[in-house]
Amino acid sequence: MKRRESGKNVLNQYPADSGVEKAFKAIGIISLILPVSLLLILIIDTTADGIPRLNWSFLTSFPSRFPEKAGILSALVGSVYLIGLTAFIAIPLGIGAAIYLEEYARKNRITSLIEINISNLAGVPSIIYGLLGLGLFVRIMSLGRSLIAGALTLSLLLLPMIIMAARESLKTIPQELREAAYALGADKWMTIRKVVLPLGLPGILTGIILSLSRAIGETAPLITIGALTYIAFLPESLTSPFTTLPIQIFNWISRPQKEFHVNAAAGILVLLIIMLLMNALAIWLRIRLQKRNV
Amino acid sequence: MRNPAGKREPGSQADLRLPRSFVERGIGSVLLVCAAVSVVVTIGIILTLLKETIGFFQRVSFKEFFFDTQWTPLFSNKHFGIWPLIAGTALTSFFAMLTAIPLGLMSAVYLSEYAPERIRKALKPSLEVLAGIPTVVYGYFALTFVTPLLQKVIPGLAGFNAISPGIVMGIMITPIVASLSEDAIYSVPLSLREAALALGGSRLRTTFRVVIPTAFSGIVASFILGMSRAIGETMIVTIAAGQQPRFTLDPRVPIETMTAYIVQVSLGDTPHGTIEYSTIFAVGMLLFLITLVFNLIAHFMKKRFLRGVL
Repeated sequence: MKRRESGKNVLNQYPADSGVEKAFKAIGIISLILPVSLLLILIIDTTADGIPRLNWSFLTSFPSRFPEKAGILSALVGSVYLIGLTAFIAIPLGIGAAIYLEEYARKNRITSLIEINISNLAGVPSIIYGLLGLGLFVRIMSLGRSLIAGALTLSLLLLPMIIMAARESLKTIPQELREAAYALGADKWMTIRKVVLPLGLPGILTGIILSLSRAIGETAPLITIGALTYIAFLPESLTSPFTTLPIQIFNWISRPQKEFHVNAAAGILVLLIIMLLMNALAIWLRIRLQKRNV
Repeated sequence: MRNPAGKREPGSQADLRLPRSFVERGIGSVLLVCAAVSVVVTIGIILTLLKETIGFFQRVSFKEFFFDTQWTPLFSNKHFGIWPLIAGTALTSFFAMLTAIPLGLMSAVYLSEYAPERIRKALKPSLEVLAGIPTVVYGYFALTFVTPLLQKVIPGLAGFNAISPGIVMGIMITPIVASLSEDAIYSVPLSLREAALALGGSRLRTTFRVVIPTAFSGIVASFILGMSRAIGETMIVTIAAGQQPRFTLDPRVPIETMTAYIVQVSLGDTPHGTIEYSTIFAVGMLLFLITLVFNLIAHFMKKRFLRGVL
C-alpha cells in the first residue's frame, strides 16, 4: 500500500514507548501467538493420540464394531468420489459466473443483485445448505441419500467461494492486455480464452483448490442430507449411499469408548495430511503457472 | 494510458468487441446462466425452508414455539418451545466471542499499528490457516483436550458443556475477526495519526483515541460477522456441548444448540412428513433469519465505515 509506505517514517517518530505501551505491545504479540500455539497443541495432541493407530490396514479396512479392526477405506473413497464430483459440478459454474460478472456484466440492477446475493450466500451457515440439499435433492428430485445429492449440495456451498476467488484473480489482470487483444482483432470471447483466462488461471486454481480443501472437511451439510455413518462397501454409482472421512471421524468421536477416539485421532491425521497436500499443490501450481506466464 | 485494473467498467466499450460468430453470441447467455445459479440457490433455500416451516406452524402454534420453555419434539410428551435451543446457541456463541473479540482485536491493533510491514504481511495469511481446519477436528480437540483441562480449573464442569466448545469456536473465529478489523484499522487515513502525533499523542493514545474510534463501525462489523459464524457453527458444538436442550444460562452443564439439534435429528431415522422432520426446517429457518440479519447489519456497518473514511 502506497499510503503507508510514504508515511512510514512519520509513524516511527512516535515518542518512545512507555511502560504501559510496552505491556500493550506484549499483549498484542501474545494475542497473535496464542491461537497459533493452540493450533500446534491441537496437532501435537492429535498426532500423539492417533499415530499408533495409523497403519496400512487402517487405511484399507472397512469400519467395524471392533475399534482395533476398524478402518477408513469406505470413508476415504467416499470423500475422494464426493470431492471429484463436486469439483466437476462447481468449477465450471463458478468460473463461468466469475467471467460473466467481471467481463460481461454491465453495471445495472441485476448485476448488483447477483453480487449482493453471492456475498450473502457466503455467510449462510453450511448446515442450511444441508437442509436445502435434503429438501431439494433428496426429496423433491428423489436422488435419495446418494453421492450425487451430496456432491450437488457441496457444489452449491462452494459456489460463492469459488466465484469470489475467481473474480479477485480476474480483477488483477490489467485492462491494457484486453485492449491489446482487441487491437489485434480478437473479439471478446477470444480475448477471454487466450488472454484473460490463462493469466487469471494461477489465482483461480489456487482459489478452487483452497475451497475444495475446505469442502473435504465439511461435515454438517452431509450429515443433514443423510450421508450414512456406517458403510462397509464402496460406492458403485452416482446414486449409491456414501460416507466421508469427516463423518467417519465424527461417528468415532461420538462413541463413548476411548478406543474409538484413537481411531478418530488417526482419521483426523489422514484428513489433515490430505488438506496439507492440497494446500501445497495450490502453492506449487501458483508458482509454476506464474513462472510460465512471465 | 493508465487505467488501473480495478477502475474499469465492464461493458462500457461493447461496440469494440461485438461478437462475430454464432458461438460467440451464445457465450454471454451461458455465462449469465452460471451467475444466475446463485440467485436460484437463494430462492431454493428460502422456498425449501418456507415449505416445511409452514407445515410445521400448521401443527404447532407460534405461541407455543416462542413462549414455551421446553423443547422435546423427540419425546412422547412433545413441547415445541424454541428457547432452550436459543439459550444453548447464545451461551456457546457468548464464550466464542469472549475469546475471539479480545484476541482478534488485539492481534488486529498489533498487526496494523505496531508490527513492521514485513511481519504484518507474513502473519496475516498464516492466521487464516486456523480458519481452514475442519470443524470436526476442532470438536475433537474441544472434547478430548480442552474440556478435561477446564475440568481441573472449573468445579462442576460436565463432560459436555458450553464453555469448552465456545472457547474452541472462538479460536476458530479469531482469524476472521482479526483479519476484518485489521482491514478497518489499517485503512484509517495516515493523516489522522499524524495529526494526533503532532498534538503530542503517544502511539497507544493515538490508537485508542483516534484510530479505533475512527474504525469503530468497521471493527464492530467484524465482531458481528464473527458472531454470525459462531451461531451457525455446527460440528464443534454438536460434539462437545451435548444434546440436551435446556433452558439455562449455566455454561457448565450439557446443552443443545439450534445447529446441534438439526444434526441430532438428521442422524436418526426420522421419516419424511412427521412433525420431527419438519422441526429441523423450522429451526433452520430461524437460524437462517438470525444469521441473515447479523450479516446484513455487518454489511451496512462496513459500508458506513468505508464512506466515513474515504
